[in-house]
Amino acid sequence: MSVDTATVKRIASLARIAITDEDAARIAPELGNILGWIEMLGEVDTTGVEPMTAVIPNTLRLRDDVVNADPLTGGNIREQVLANAPVAEHGFFAVPKVIE
Amino acid sequence: MTDLTDLGIAGIRDGVRDGSFSARDVADAFIVKVSQAKALNAFLVETPDHAIAAATAADTARAAGETLKPLAGVPIGMKDLFCTKGVTTTAASHILEGFTPTYESTVSQNLWDAGAGMLGKLNMDQFAMGSSNETSAFGNVISPWKRNDGNGVGGNAALAPGGSSGGSSSAVAARLCPGATGTDTGGSIRQPAAFTGISGIKPTYGRCSRWGTIAFASSLDQAGPMARDVRDCAILLEAMAGFDSKDGTSLQLDVPKWEAGLSASLAGLRVGIPKEYRVDGMPEEIEALWQKGIDWLKDAGATIVEVSLPHTKYALPAYYIIAPAEASSNLARYDGVRYGIRDLPAGSGLQDMYAATRADGFGPEVKRRIMIGTYVLSAGYYDAYYTQAQKIRTLIARDFEKAWETCDVLLTPTAPSAAFALGEKSADPIAMYLNDVFTVPSSLAGLPAMSVPGGLDKQGLPLGLQIIGKPLDEQGVLNAGLAIEQRAGFTARPEAWW
Amino acid sequence: MSDYRIQGDTGEWEVVIGLEVHAQVTSNAKLFSGAATAFGAEPNTQVSLVDAAMPGMLPVPNRECIRQAVRTGMAIEAQINKWSRFDRKNYFYADLPQGYQISQLYHPIVGEGAIDISLDEKNPDAAGKRIGVERIHVEQDAGKLMHDQHPTQSYVDLNRSGVALMEIVSKPDLASPAETGAYLRKLRSILRYVGSCDGNMEEGSMRADVNVSVRKPGDELGTRTETKNVNSVRFVMAVVEQEAKRQVEVLEAGGKIVQETRLYDPDRNETRSMRSKEDAHDYRYFPDPDLLPLVLDDAFLEECRASLPELPDAKRARYEALGITAYQATVLTAEVEAARWFDALLDAGVKPAAAANWTTSELFGALNRTGRDIANSPVSPAQAAELLGLIADGTLSGSLAKQVFEVMLETGDGAAKVVEDRGLKQTSDTGAIEKVIAEVMAANADKVADYRGGKDKLFGFFVGQTMKAMGGKANPAVVNEVLKSALGESVAP
Ligand SMILES: [Mg+2]
Ligand SMILES: [Zn+2]
Repeated sequence: MSVDTATVKRIASLARIAITDEDAARIAPELGNILGWIEMLGEVDTTGVEPMTAVIPNTLRLRDDVVNADPLTGGNIREQVLANAPVAEHGFFAVPKVIE
Repeated sequence: MTDLTDLGIAGIRDGVRDGSFSARDVADAFIVKVSQAKALNAFLVETPDHAIAAATAADTARAAGETLKPLAGVPIGMKDLFCTKGVTTTAASHILEGFTPTYESTVSQNLWDAGAGMLGKLNMDQFAMGSSNETSAFGNVISPWKRNDGNGVGGNAALAPGGSSGGSSSAVAARLCPGATGTDTGGSIRQPAAFTGISGIKPTYGRCSRWGTIAFASSLDQAGPMARDVRDCAILLEAMAGFDSKDGTSLQLDVPKWEAGLSASLAGLRVGIPKEYRVDGMPEEIEALWQKGIDWLKDAGATIVEVSLPHTKYALPAYYIIAPAEASSNLARYDGVRYGIRDLPAGSGLQDMYAATRADGFGPEVKRRIMIGTYVLSAGYYDAYYTQAQKIRTLIARDFEKAWETCDVLLTPTAPSAAFALGEKSADPIAMYLNDVFTVPSSLAGLPAMSVPGGLDKQGLPLGLQIIGKPLDEQGVLNAGLAIEQRAGFTARPEAWW
Repeated sequence: MSDYRIQGDTGEWEVVIGLEVHAQVTSNAKLFSGAATAFGAEPNTQVSLVDAAMPGMLPVPNRECIRQAVRTGMAIEAQINKWSRFDRKNYFYADLPQGYQISQLYHPIVGEGAIDISLDEKNPDAAGKRIGVERIHVEQDAGKLMHDQHPTQSYVDLNRSGVALMEIVSKPDLASPAETGAYLRKLRSILRYVGSCDGNMEEGSMRADVNVSVRKPGDELGTRTETKNVNSVRFVMAVVEQEAKRQVEVLEAGGKIVQETRLYDPDRNETRSMRSKEDAHDYRYFPDPDLLPLVLDDAFLEECRASLPELPDAKRARYEALGITAYQATVLTAEVEAARWFDALLDAGVKPAAAANWTTSELFGALNRTGRDIANSPVSPAQAAELLGLIADGTLSGSLAKQVFEVMLETGDGAAKVVEDRGLKQTSDTGAIEKVIAEVMAANADKVADYRGGKDKLFGFFVGQTMKAMGGKANPAVVNEVLKSALGESVAP
């Protein structure tokens, strides 16, 4: 499996990780190696096998429609929500201006 | 007077209860040990106040004649993957530097509710990605163990404590705390436990709530205890586990009384030996230890059967698709908007901010896994990689189900080698990934599994044995572990050099 | 079949339209957290740790949101999938704290269904068309970015982040702006009947992504564009019209349609490309490992079905069977509040046809005049039933009833009380009526003679004079009868 630097840069861009050309060139063979190793999975015949959906047989539990029933998963905690923000102003998170 | 830090969890608990010593004395003793062990770099944050407060509460309760909580007077170490209210939590990543949660993870809350106190936050592989604790943004954790021959490769070199719970393993092995929390995604409790001569159990997926624990790979992550022996693991796990309505994958089951259920008499127990775990190039000493383990279990009354887990060799590559895929998505939230660091190159926009923040904030191994995960999920590759891996995961789970028709627990080595020197494997990711070859299959199947120390290799380094159990059969795993522990008589401990 | 065509230089073009409607699910709390969903709160106050995607947070789904999606599916006779699951759609944007939207791609909760639309309101039974619905899935809404509060920064409000949406995806069965409008109105009506969405487009409770392509009749499907987040029926219809026109122009000029995302600018009534967001999206969908498969049991499904109200089409058919005209039945059932009001009126024992006439003319007229909607009608169904009862039993004539209704609108009093207070009771007292008629005839002896001389049309004049003299309170039937005999008495030559 060979991965070229263009692919590395496309993946890095999808993952929003800035990458230099040198880094992309360095990572390409490394990624190629790992992906090549992973590709041994292709040799397993999985016809008719369902992909695993739940590790332990269990289905989704649903919650009641009650506001702030549990303070740990409820609202009205703006201070907590903004407490760690790199930039917060007037009750908002602030980010560099987005032009739409 | 005995050194209180020589005691394990049960010893401390019982001593505080019967008044042999105060909880405060215990806390103080460990606090001193922690403060003197900077060379191990096991702690990222020390929280003596937390430990003292819990100790004082225990002493006060005892003085008032109240019934003490299960972990009253027991100070522990907390892996930095658990969010702790008011205490910096970083998952050992630069991207979360300065992050102070306003909330407490369910597992840590459960421990505080049981009366435990916190000595500090433990270093780890960044975002729990690693097997040697070399990916922390805050420096390697050093194992307290040293090779004894001085002539071997690396000689007196600093050794890896295993990973990702390397701060936990190092701290428990060095007697900086009697027990610690760990998390295990593909072996991150068991492999470091094996490397440092301690015990650790990963419970059935869903036993411990994942709420408030920083996610690595959601379908695999499980918290569990790391401690000096099987009993201490049982005590800690009882406090950590339990149903949590905030975690949709939490099992709605009562927590069994694992400590009370401990029994090393294994009459009638069938122990499976998976033949596929005899891998090429496995050190003879590990083969030998495995055989010893078989003999010990026989001696405890178990019968031994050979079983086959035919898809074992595909577990690791499947894991290296599934875990990075989930991680690539789970780690998308670290974007410099709501917490952690923000890198904003002059004149750049939102998307550049993301890319710069994440490039600066994540370490190389985290980036590598995000890239792999992004790649395998990307258009055109999803079915070939991710879907195929999840199908193989089904086959791996079926292998185990089939095995349970003829046996009750499985016995294997925990890791394919003893601890290696720091730097020894970091150049080759795949060689590093192979550390988890024995631990990953049970993670993929969500099964309970534990590592107990079995002995030392020729260089004087600990080796671990792994017991894998049926879903929800932590008791069976603990009991087999206890039988080994009693027969192995493992008492070795690292000599303090730090 | 729609005969909507765009006349181009090279001939006629058909339009093919599909809608993806995002409807906010009516629920108190968000889809995966306990934060409130109410509209208009202070920024970031209705945000939980989960909605802000703090480290270690996990989603647990809200049963009510699942229930409403299932009920909606049942209302359009769609396949309900007892096994579904949530997937993550991965992309980076400041309104998306997790870095992914939890949605359903591979196994949506609701499969194929259909919605019947009618294109002729006057004759709803004649011009119907069945529009296929591909699927309904449940997903999270995103937060909101504010760009106009700061010169160099955008502000992020996560109040909407994690609010439950149903995405209702139609098949490309729509063929004209009119059909598209009718579909959206009908869908909105059904959602409001079911109670799964308030349909409030101004507050963003319903938004449509409009997929449009054009082709020569009989050709293969053309390349489509998707115009995002259009928030009124009128705008959706305008998008179809403008976008189809634009595409025809491009194609006839020898150009190609680019598959892209577009935006509608209502001020200029045109769509334009959102190139700034064009990023070769690769969403890397995969099953959300935090959420196990969603398995619905029979009891849950039964409750969903049992709690469904009578839906617009069934109600309209029932009204028609009661002798109400098709047009009136359509008008009465279009809005759930009107239908509910009218049902209450019927429940009070009023004759259906008379009730429908009165409601669609008198009540709707009055509401229109006073700018009120039926939810705030000053006259309750019980009061209206009382009024209609007084008409039916002859206590009130039509014109008296109008007067009484006016007073009811003003005062909120019941019909009987108004009649009592204002003495507006109709009289059927033959003696009194005979006396007035005699006076009218005496005062208009010439006209009596003309009538008797054959000018039949003057009969109405005598009715009017009599009613006027009696202040409108005379029973018209009695007046007619008495007048006929009084005027006819001396007809003999
Ligand atoms: Mg869309
Ligand atoms: Zn959508």
